[in-house]
Amino acid sequence: MNYSLEIKNLRKEFKGFTLKDLNIKLEPGFIMGFIGPNGAGKTTTIKLIMNLIKKDGGQIKVFGKDHVAAEKEIKDRIGFVYDENYYYEDLSIRQMKNIVSKFYSKWDDNQFNSYINEFDLNPKAKIKTLSKGMKMKFSLAIALSHQADLIIMDEPTSGLDPVFRRGILDILYNIIQDENKSIFFSTHITTDLEKIADYITFINDGEILFSEAKDKILDSYRIVKGSTKMLEGNRDKFIGLRETDVGFEGLTNNINQIESSFNNDVLIEKASLEDIMVYSIRGE
Amino acid sequence: MNIIISNSSNEPIYEQISSQIKELILRGELDEGDLLPSIRGLARDLQISVITTKRAYDELEREGFIQTMQGKGSYVAGQNKELMKEKKLKIIEEKLWEIAEESKLLGLNYEEVEAMLKILFEEV
Repeated sequence: MNYSLEIKNLRKEFKGFTLKDLNIKLEPGFIMGFIGPNGAGKTTTIKLIMNLIKKDGGQIKVFGKDHVAAEKEIKDRIGFVYDENYYYEDLSIRQMKNIVSKFYSKWDDNQFNSYINEFDLNPKAKIKTLSKGMKMKFSLAIALSHQADLIIMDEPTSGLDPVFRRGILDILYNIIQDENKSIFFSTHITTDLEKIADYITFINDGEILFSEAKDKILDSYRIVKGSTKMLEGNRDKFIGLRETDVGFEGLTNNINQIESSFNNDVLIEKASLEDIMVYSIRGE
Repeated sequence: MNIIISNSSNEPIYEQISSQIKELILRGELDEGDLLPSIRGLARDLQISVITTKRAYDELEREGFIQTMQGKGSYVAGQNKELMKEKKLKIIEEKLWEIAEESKLLGLNYEEVEAMLKILFEEV
């Protein structure tokens, strides 16, 4: 099986921060969301995949090929959207596009123009006049206009309003109709992932907490609410707890145990991705 | 074909999809040979993961309701009518069993139950 993206035991050391034991696999035709708090290592991981910084250990393969040995070939097929965008501020969108498009063997100008139109951007506008959101839209237009087989994005929708974000989700859904294409993106906006993601990888403090099918994750966790006295002897059943004067709220991934310990005396609800993220990190 | 998903229901989404498609087939709104939406198209329309739609279709195929052909898509399966009838008869039998049990517990005799059923048959 040729994974679109395959990361094995990836390691990168910085002073004061280490990324270690990273293992991620993404098959063609699927969307993987990459979540974690600020500083967890998401951007570092993406920079390592793109060989913008050098790894200290492990293996990264894109389309089955080593990401360094086949770098040029691979990058021709990757649509990349990065948080900081390095464009020549004095050039216009069109001029910048003319430069960047030369790097891609399958550049599609019609497609680019249609996105620019859809995103309401003026091709003659200088990059320095664009807002953060507009720059992001420009990056997206470039990434989506060269028949990329893998789209890698680092926080592509931060700074964009919910209306536009939904529009991006629609575009991503359309791309994934082609079962040979994949999408890997990091985001804080977990509600976007709750809809569209097939897989979720959760990273914290340089390590992966889980990398699983989204449905499986959402099926395994629950939010439990009840009165504080019920917690006696039961605290260890929760991954994270929030106790107040009027009761407790906790996250569990052991639904059966909770149901048998508490019967119907507690309220059990689905946990959102945000709940899972926050409780897993805050702990008790 | 309409599929309406509830995000707040306790029933898993893949189950909602397979139930609704089964219902459409049993009611005759989907016929033998009808083409179902692709798993990816359905995922996009419902704004859910393709893994979910695939799971729903896998279950429908396991239970004999649909057939998937590589490269062509998923179709409502053929030998449905007999299967459907048998399933429906089984459901009716189970419900009648319940009625018999409850009636006996209540002390009703057969004629009283029959009378009730007669009225209902006329109303339905």
